[in-house]
Amino acid sequence: MEKKNDISRREFLKTAGAAGALSLGLAACGDGRTAGSASGSQAVPSGGMTYRTNPTTGDKVSLLGYGCMRWPSVGGRSAREGNEEIDQEMVNRLVDFAIEHGVNYFDTSPAYCRGTSERATGIALSRHPREKYLIATKMSNFAPSTWTREGAVAMYHNSMKELQVDYLDYYLLHGIGMGSGMEEMMARYFDNGIIDFLMEERKAGRIRNLGFSYHGDVKCFDWLLERHDVYKWDFVQIQLNYLDWKYAKQINPRNTDAEYLYNALAERGIPAIIMEPLLGGRLSNVPDNIVAQFKERDPQSSVASWAFRFAGSLSGVLTVLSGMTRMEHLQDNLRTYCPLNPLTDEEFQFLQDTATRMMQFDTIPCNDCKYCMPCPYGLDIPAILLHYNKCLNEGNIPESSTDPEYRKARRAYLVGYDRSVPRLRQASHCIGCGQCSPHCPQRIDIPAELHRIDAYVERLRQNTL
Amino acid sequence: MLRKIRITLALIFFVCVTLLFLDFTGTLHAWLGWMAKIQFFPAVLALNAGVIVALVLLTLIFGRVYCSVICPLGVMQDVFAWLGKKQKKNRYTYSKAKSWLRYAMLGLFIIALIAGVGSFVALLEPYSAYGRIASNILAPVYGWINNLFALIAERADSYAFYSTDVWLKSLPTFIIAAVMLVLIAVLAWRNGRTWCNTICPVGTFLSFLARFSWLKPVIDTDKCISCRKCERNCKASCIDIANHKIDYSRCVTCMDCIGNCPKDAISYIHPKKAAAPAVTGGQAEAASGADRKADKAESVDTARRGFLTASLMAATAVTVKAQEKKVDGGLAVIEDKVIPDRLVPLVPPGAVSLRHFAQYCTGCQLCVSVCPNGVLRPATDLMRMMQPEMSYERGYCRPECTKCSEVCPAGAIRPIDKAEKSSTQIGHAEWVMHNCIPVRDGQECGNCARHCPTGAIQMVPLKGHHRHRGGREEGNDGKNLMIPAVNTEKCIGCGACENLCPARPFSAIYVVGHEVHRTV
Repeated sequence: MEKKNDISRREFLKTAGAAGALSLGLAACGDGRTAGSASGSQAVPSGGMTYRTNPTTGDKVSLLGYGCMRWPSVGGRSAREGNEEIDQEMVNRLVDFAIEHGVNYFDTSPAYCRGTSERATGIALSRHPREKYLIATKMSNFAPSTWTREGAVAMYHNSMKELQVDYLDYYLLHGIGMGSGMEEMMARYFDNGIIDFLMEERKAGRIRNLGFSYHGDVKCFDWLLERHDVYKWDFVQIQLNYLDWKYAKQINPRNTDAEYLYNALAERGIPAIIMEPLLGGRLSNVPDNIVAQFKERDPQSSVASWAFRFAGSLSGVLTVLSGMTRMEHLQDNLRTYCPLNPLTDEEFQFLQDTATRMMQFDTIPCNDCKYCMPCPYGLDIPAILLHYNKCLNEGNIPESSTDPEYRKARRAYLVGYDRSVPRLRQASHCIGCGQCSPHCPQRIDIPAELHRIDAYVERLRQNTL
Repeated sequence: MLRKIRITLALIFFVCVTLLFLDFTGTLHAWLGWMAKIQFFPAVLALNAGVIVALVLLTLIFGRVYCSVICPLGVMQDVFAWLGKKQKKNRYTYSKAKSWLRYAMLGLFIIALIAGVGSFVALLEPYSAYGRIASNILAPVYGWINNLFALIAERADSYAFYSTDVWLKSLPTFIIAAVMLVLIAVLAWRNGRTWCNTICPVGTFLSFLARFSWLKPVIDTDKCISCRKCERNCKASCIDIANHKIDYSRCVTCMDCIGNCPKDAISYIHPKKAAAPAVTGGQAEAASGADRKADKAESVDTARRGFLTASLMAATAVTVKAQEKKVDGGLAVIEDKVIPDRLVPLVPPGAVSLRHFAQYCTGCQLCVSVCPNGVLRPATDLMRMMQPEMSYERGYCRPECTKCSEVCPAGAIRPIDKAEKSSTQIGHAEWVMHNCIPVRDGQECGNCARHCPTGAIQMVPLKGHHRHRGGREEGNDGKNLMIPAVNTEKCIGCGACENLCPARPFSAIYVVGHEVHRTV
């Protein structure tokens, strides 16, 4: 009798432990979602990855590219959050799993993960034969002190050192159109002769493909493409997803619709590399009614898979980057791309309608890329914006104290706010210096949004809504 | 039976009063706030005639039940005494009243009260002594447990609990509370109600009335077999079986003797034969000892003030230079704010004036416990020790909150509504130019003006040679930098500007208190 009791207790503990672990896992999924979804039951296909061919070099590039901007940290979150170290062991595991399942494109930058992404990526990849993977990294000379030729060249050489390679497969001018637009682009790449240096490097074979990643001012994009015959861009990295396809400009007047960008590249036969296919996780964390519509159509597929199918279905796309922090993200994306099941015209239209519906929610277009961070005055900008978006999606932004659910929504907003952002890092501390805004690839007027949120929170706190 | 009723009521009062100090959400005060307001001494200060009359009548009818039921410090002693009795049964003996000490303490207490030595008054006042123990020693534990629940709630995506800051509000007050707890616990463990019958001024005052109470425990000498069971279980040491007398000035009507008597020789009745209560005299010695204490408290701590001023000057040299952004992600380190040296201390709206506040406050810490913004904390100044003051490094006095005025049982913070609060000037903001971000870092700011609830701050252009002092980044020449200008007529001293000022560790704008508050 006693023995039996003992066993059942042990079993109970085991079950309870498993349940605890499960709920913890789910809770963790809830916040750091960047790509994919843990739709557990299905197996991960071991082969059948869709590949696209690079017209200039003939590289077979996996349609799923690994974005190394969101490597996991030891705390289990993305290394971009907080100040924790990258979890190298986990990075190795993710890289091994990805390569094993046919992923061969890895995209990093000297700026990512507070400057530690390249090293972590290099450590993980150097454990594999060099011909198994393609490396993409960038000239991330954002700080004015690296606008000199020497500073920029040093950054380029350092990338090879960190990545433990003697040639780079894909090299990008990072963040064209950011900051002050043309002026900044000229200062970073053209006035200092860096573009000529990089073209020499391409000729020498140390850069196999030269391109640029584009955010922001469309004048820069057009200017570079007009000079395609001079610079011979091997590829261009753009932000593309079903929301940005027709609504990028509507979300922010300073941005350009992905449809325009993609067509401009397709006209010139330049392969497109897609970033933000999930809008920093926003397209996997959609309002409940949108989730219902996706599941109605295909109960087996994750919400995120729709966004990946959208980006992958365009034939001019070489690879679709996803910053997969967690194994579940990677597995889910492998399910989507091994092989790709292209969208039908009807499904394409359905996603456009979904985008239209989503536009009715007035979320702030923050992708949690953390380019704005660190804020010199200590604010946690993305956390503030994302909490606002989360509450908007969950219907916890009451418009007046007469709303039926006002008290509940107020509590959810305020208690949740203090949980996700420490008091000293909240919007009330934004002084409006505006040092963040030029770094935002989505060109959000960050101080204005923070002041708007702060004014709203103040009215919630004072109960004067 | 009587004893059980007494214990039940006492525990209810004790738990509820304790909860007042633990509940940082302020919801319980709507229901239980009256329990603090019926405490004797706070009611005297608040001139709460109804309560005073009721308590006097209560004592005249039933004896010192106040000490056994309502006073949380008394009940706490009973708890320790009960534990002491478990260790050793029948541990008490009769002792003579130490009248000279009692009257001396009461005399000192009254002198300190008149002289305005708030710290000494607060030290002896029993309800406040308990309040300090609850808020300094129990509340942190309660807070930590709450935070644990909040953590679990967060995991479960529930908003039922939210976490609260647990911080040491004042080291001297914490030490006083801890010493007091140990002292009272030891006294109670060994000798029961020693504190109440030698030190406590409220106990001494009530003892005058209790002698004449209508109902009291009376020994029936016909039934009594002088077994001394009652005497040895009397925590007030007031039963003298040799003479079959009870000192009613010390009896707290706990009914223990009635329950303990094997012959039912003690009953709680009106003494018919009017056994004259033994009156103990001697009030003359009360005055002499009082002056010494007052003198000691008089000395103002000038050295500390000087040191703070010096460190303020030194700290201005330390600037948080905006770092150049090379990589993305990460969080900038936020330096803690340091309390500035305020020429005049800040007390909450409703306190009327510093003098009024010092006279009425008993230092019970109830307002400190409920302040949701981390503004109130006990003062460390010798004269006002344990009486709260305000500072804005953790938060500011928010316009929607009037909690401290709602809970104050002693009338030190008068009840005010939100509208009155927002128009009560408790101090005014002062600008410290060399700390101001536009001057120091060359960045646009205006966070103080943006958050001023009364619109007392406007931004004006920064002109003159100060423009080029340190920290300026390239490319700021075109910026039209603005600095705050405070309209002191409109400023209410709420501290929003000071708290939200990005300059650290010293804010570039800080609030100086006013001796007398006024309506703007």
